[in-house]
Amino acid sequence: MRLSGYTALQIREKLLSREIQASDLVGQLFKWIKDIEPNIHAFITTCEKEALEKTVEIDKKIINRQKVGLLAGIPIAVKDNICTKNLTTTCASKILHNFIPPYDAFVVKRLKEEDAIIIGKTNLDEFAMGSSTENSGYKITRNPWNHECVPGGSSGGSAAAVAADFSFLALGSDTGGSVRQPAALCGVVGIKPTYGRVSRYGLIAFGSSLDQIGTFSKDVKDAALLLQVIAGYDSYDSTSAQVPVPDYLQGIESGVKGLRIGIPKEYFAGGLNAEVSKAVKDALKLYENLGATVVDISLPHTEYAVAVYYIVANAEASSNLARYDGVKYGYRTGESRGIIDMYCRTRSEGFGNEVKRRIMLGNYALSSGYYDAYYLKASKVRNLIKSDFDAAFEKVDCIMCPTSPVPAFKIGERANNPLEMYLSDIYTIPANLAGIPGISIPCGFSKTGLPIGMQILAKHFEEKKILQIAYAFERETDFHLKKPALKGLTG
Amino acid sequence: MKIEKKDIEYIANLSRIELSNQEKETFIHQLSDILAYIDKLNQLNTQDIKPMAYSINTTNVLRDDKLEPPISREDALTNAPSTMGVFFKVPKVIE
Repeated sequence: MRLSGYTALQIREKLLSREIQASDLVGQLFKWIKDIEPNIHAFITTCEKEALEKTVEIDKKIINRQKVGLLAGIPIAVKDNICTKNLTTTCASKILHNFIPPYDAFVVKRLKEEDAIIIGKTNLDEFAMGSSTENSGYKITRNPWNHECVPGGSSGGSAAAVAADFSFLALGSDTGGSVRQPAALCGVVGIKPTYGRVSRYGLIAFGSSLDQIGTFSKDVKDAALLLQVIAGYDSYDSTSAQVPVPDYLQGIESGVKGLRIGIPKEYFAGGLNAEVSKAVKDALKLYENLGATVVDISLPHTEYAVAVYYIVANAEASSNLARYDGVKYGYRTGESRGIIDMYCRTRSEGFGNEVKRRIMLGNYALSSGYYDAYYLKASKVRNLIKSDFDAAFEKVDCIMCPTSPVPAFKIGERANNPLEMYLSDIYTIPANLAGIPGISIPCGFSKTGLPIGMQILAKHFEEKKILQIAYAFERETDFHLKKPALKGLTG
Repeated sequence: MKIEKKDIEYIANLSRIELSNQEKETFIHQLSDILAYIDKLNQLNTQDIKPMAYSINTTNVLRDDKLEPPISREDALTNAPSTMGVFFKVPKVIE
């Protein structure tokens, strides 16, 4: 049975009132997954047995009226670059095909403490490098709204899992838009928190100054619920922020009267699909009707963000991925002539093309003679991009813009042109460079029935404000309630 | 910035990645395109701009010097492709 009618918060009520049992819920969910997943390919690993075992424990707690966690009995999917103890974590790379983490990521530990049910690990672009989930070393995830289209990426498996009702909630990671862009393309809600809001401990590193774990959910309140669980200080991540975590659900319905919304003109320039532009502009009209004011602003260095990102992220990646050498974990080549040859063969056989391309680009930007021209230059322009936001937030409370310039594109359409693929992240990358939080919410559909997402950005640590603003829109619209038609093996 | 075959071979070696001739050709083309795009950063005068590595300000992150249980040696070795006793085993390092 498809469990599409309920959000995580609603299911939570039903579980706590004993209207349903977690074991039944998860059992039904896996029936649906087995039926539909062969057409979607959202998961790299599912863990039905472990999930069902956990539900028995939760059901017992609820029956005995013991204290249960915030996510008691709620199924959740986890992107496969987040470490789960004793559960294979591949990063969608052949080089980690057999890696079984001996520890839980901070966020996974939090999920377990709050009694969530982890149902599986979702597909991604290898090491989160991509915008379509086509770069996975294992499979290509299909967009539940149109199986010929990509789900976006890199957290495409998590976005598709929520859109296809495989899971109520999912975790992803966002280095340049990898939560917000697939959320937009799959018609679900995705948050990238402020850099430092959520611990990166146990998130397999890509671009350490940009990476942030984020949430996928069917609506805004569920996003608040999940963020509540994963946000907070962790001494195991030295960039974790010691900033108190507010109650994200409290006051979420307070509305947007008097809110000043900034519209960056650079985000509505060339390359923006007309249907996406219209959907976002219609949303802005609704906000005005709700009492907000729309203000034109400028983020003048926007056009440089993609160039900065592909230097900074890849420089960091080239360093982070140096650890895959066939010694401590993962794949090792068969025969080799000495240790250097072993490293080279292991890495050449274990990494896919996009990962190799980015490692080489990163090493080039950091190499002797080029460091100043590329890495240092990019780091300086990064500061200009952050200053653009600082100046804008003196005039406005939040910024609204499209999440992605286009709805979901066809599988294979951009696969042979890396630069064109990179440009699909043009609206999401600046937030990572500046470290600010962002959310993508459903705001419309294309004529061909593909979801369109709108992005809301605010100052550091203003997730609560973003959630309030997003909820004000969601309450007035039904885009988030529309579901893709899905047919399984049993029809 | 035009990338040449010798540049690709140099970076591939730094990256500990082996490439076939076919792959070298593809990467020369793709990396040249990407670097040509990145050259747009030179339109900006950044002489007086400070570089930025992190988006939030943190300095001297310290914690109490308290013992916590580490991951055990046994656990740390379970994922290794090759081990010998309590060691990671690798091919010959010195010829």
